[in-house]
Amino acid sequence: MSSANGIVAYAGYVPRYRVQREEMAAGLGAQSGPGARVVAGCDEDSTTMGVEAAAALLATLPEGDRAPAGGLYLATTSPAYADKANAAAVHAALDLPSSAFAADVAGSARSGMAAWRAAAADGGMAVMSDVRRGLPGSGDERTGGDGAAAFLFGDADHAVAEIVAQVSETAEILDRWRAPGGVAAGQWEERFGVEAYQPLAERAVRAVTDAAGGVAPDHAVVVSPNPGVAKRVRRLAAGAVSTTGSPVGHAGAADVGLGVADALDRAQPGDTILVLSVADGCDALMLRVTDRIAAARQPHPVADQLTCGIDVPYPTYLAWRGLLEREPPRRPEPDRPAGPPSARGARWKFAFTGARCLQCGFVHLPPQRVCKGCRAVDDMVPCPLARSAGTVATYTVDHLAFSPSPPLIEAVIDFDGGGRYTLEVADAAPETITVGTRVTLTFRMLYTSHGVHNYFWKARVADTQEPGYRQATPDAKRGADHG
Amino acid sequence: MGSNGIRDRVAIVGMGCTRFGEHWDSSAADLLVDATEELFAATPVVNKDDVDAYWLGTLASGQSGMTLSTALCPDYKPVTRVENYCATGSEALRNACYAVASGAYDRALAVGVEKLKDSGFSGLVRSDPPGDGTAAELSLTAPAAFSFLDPAYCARYGVHENDMREAMTHIAWKNHANGALNPKAQFRSGVTKEQVEQAQVVAGRLGVLDCSGVSDGAAAALVVPAEEAHLYTDRPLFIKGLSLVAGAAGGASDPAYDFTTFPEVVHSARDAFAQARVTDPATELSLAEVHDCFTPTELVLMEDLGFAERGRAWKDVLNGAFELTGRLPVNPDGGLKSFGHPVGASGLRMLYECWLQFRGEAGQRQLDDPRLAVTHNLGGRPGNCVSFVAVVGPDRAG
Repeated sequence: MSSANGIVAYAGYVPRYRVQREEMAAGLGAQSGPGARVVAGCDEDSTTMGVEAAAALLATLPEGDRAPAGGLYLATTSPAYADKANAAAVHAALDLPSSAFAADVAGSARSGMAAWRAAAADGGMAVMSDVRRGLPGSGDERTGGDGAAAFLFGDADHAVAEIVAQVSETAEILDRWRAPGGVAAGQWEERFGVEAYQPLAERAVRAVTDAAGGVAPDHAVVVSPNPGVAKRVRRLAAGAVSTTGSPVGHAGAADVGLGVADALDRAQPGDTILVLSVADGCDALMLRVTDRIAAARQPHPVADQLTCGIDVPYPTYLAWRGLLEREPPRRPEPDRPAGPPSARGARWKFAFTGARCLQCGFVHLPPQRVCKGCRAVDDMVPCPLARSAGTVATYTVDHLAFSPSPPLIEAVIDFDGGGRYTLEVADAAPETITVGTRVTLTFRMLYTSHGVHNYFWKARVADTQEPGYRQATPDAKRGADHG
Repeated sequence: MGSNGIRDRVAIVGMGCTRFGEHWDSSAADLLVDATEELFAATPVVNKDDVDAYWLGTLASGQSGMTLSTALCPDYKPVTRVENYCATGSEALRNACYAVASGAYDRALAVGVEKLKDSGFSGLVRSDPPGDGTAAELSLTAPAAFSFLDPAYCARYGVHENDMREAMTHIAWKNHANGALNPKAQFRSGVTKEQVEQAQVVAGRLGVLDCSGVSDGAAAALVVPAEEAHLYTDRPLFIKGLSLVAGAAGGASDPAYDFTTFPEVVHSARDAFAQARVTDPATELSLAEVHDCFTPTELVLMEDLGFAERGRAWKDVLNGAFELTGRLPVNPDGGLKSFGHPVGASGLRMLYECWLQFRGEAGQRQLDDPRLAVTHNLGGRPGNCVSFVAVVGPDRAG
């Protein structure tokens, strides 16, 4: 595979929920700050947010041209599993061909750049995703953020941004660390990191500027797990038009990705973007935005996603992250999903692919061998519906069900073009759902049982901007059997 | 198509039923002994050794025929355990009836039992085979699944949500009032309509008092050939029709299904009424015991069973049509709502009320000269269920 020299497509994902920093501070009598912290829902993890970003990226590409030539690299500091490639679940949820390589690049903030480099080298996709936890009252809790970004690399001819130059510095510095499985990271005195990183950053900026032929950047994106470093380095590398950091706060391996996605959302053709990611060294990139950017921007800019948040109470957030143990309902814990049936039905469970009867067109969710419409046997074709929209036929709010965040909202969804299934509703307040509400699908983690995550799809109230918001042609309702 | 039925070929000649409720001091085995000993005590011409075969219905209180044989110690008799969701008790009856009708056995005992209160959980606890974790039933509780009926019914028939609420409340109020007259019911006190509507919300608009009682209990019925029935009792109960259908989860996967009906109930009722030669259930029946697992379920069943016109059951409910003094008393014993719902026993408990009513032994609930009754038992949830309908009466056609 040839070295790919440009970003062909990109997308950022900012989860919906927000915790007001004032509320965090009030609850603990701790230091406050302005605004809100972006937090992943209780049904989101680095894998599901990675799917969100990657699916949004693929949706910007023409149908039939969506499989990356190279591998899929999932970068995170919060892997949902160890000893099992989380990238495989992302690969399955995107319904990519089995011949595609998919692997994790996990461990530190720098894993984001590692995925970038690997994907750039083989024309693949870098998916960067993180749920950042911090102990209650900590700076990480207050100034961190959750989110994901995805970048597809390819020929400069098809790029929305060329990679003009790239340099790296590496250093062993005890600035940030965390034992595997630990809740929160340790950080040395902030100013130690600032002093240690500054010379590295200076060298990297000089080198990348030289390699790029001495251009001055129009935009600079500077990120670092050490807030002091990010602040100091910005002074060394200001952009003529904008100088920004992480849009959501430090987001681990997704930090640099979200920063670049945000810059691409705003950049004009011909603009140059200097990217500096200072973590265990310094990675510096010079990008040049091409004419293609106008047509290839992600439809939901990072800045827009940031504005449409739903507040979640601080104690609820703590319960979501396992930092506050909540009284469970008097219901049994669900069983863990079993390996063999999950594998047999992987295209159903992970890619929401049903089966359409070739005789009568009835769409079966999940796939069936015998048609419920005409009783034909073994005459079906796969029917992928993960990108479909649908309508709420009826719904309920279940206060009794086992849920990491009760109550559970469930809706019967009728999909455009056929098919019905009952799904949980994600990111929703009960009052936003009614019969007739338009929904699209989102890949989520329903619950974890005995160490096994149950990934499946949920309905999500369609954005008025989404293609699925309006129903193409309402299906004529056949009369139900009244005998 | 040959659903021929076994009209008047078998009869129930003895029954037993424990009080339903929270039996902290009784095991499933104890409840099995209690129900069957009550039956034998009330049917002195027969004893346990005279029973040729047993059908045991239990959803989750034991596995295999051994659950019964280790409790009752019959002398090397056939015992079959059956399970069909909440219609399990009716399934035990159905199989015992067919065994006797076939001539294979002279006396078969159908027994249903459930011991729900040992789990420590609220509501029913499922026991599912290993799966991929995508089934909606895994997360959605039974009250949530049945709560789908409420907005769907309102939407289809243009019923105002307050009127619907009033109809659901009326059903809870009625069944509690009936259960208050029943010494074996789990809940022996009436409830006010305010209590129903102010109860803690469980799912959708269903509160705790819209839900059936979670309880322990057992019930038993002795089945013999109809022509021998009078050897055992002067007031036998004759089986006129028995139907069970299982849906193909059609409603759960077909956008044409609108959650205002149970097609499985419609089909089983049609079959059972044809077997029993009932042409107009609304006028021919004296009483009905129906599966009121949640209040909107009873409402929809009134239409599916042909007791009310489509879209009008809510008005009939509010007019008192299904009260003890109404045109067709429904759940005179209090139903699942107030008698309680020990799953495997419920189908036989419904039959027990018919048995008492036909014998004139229903105490304060006694109806005037009942001649024909229906028991209806549902297992599963809207869009995805099994349904059982029996027609029974005190007279055997010549």
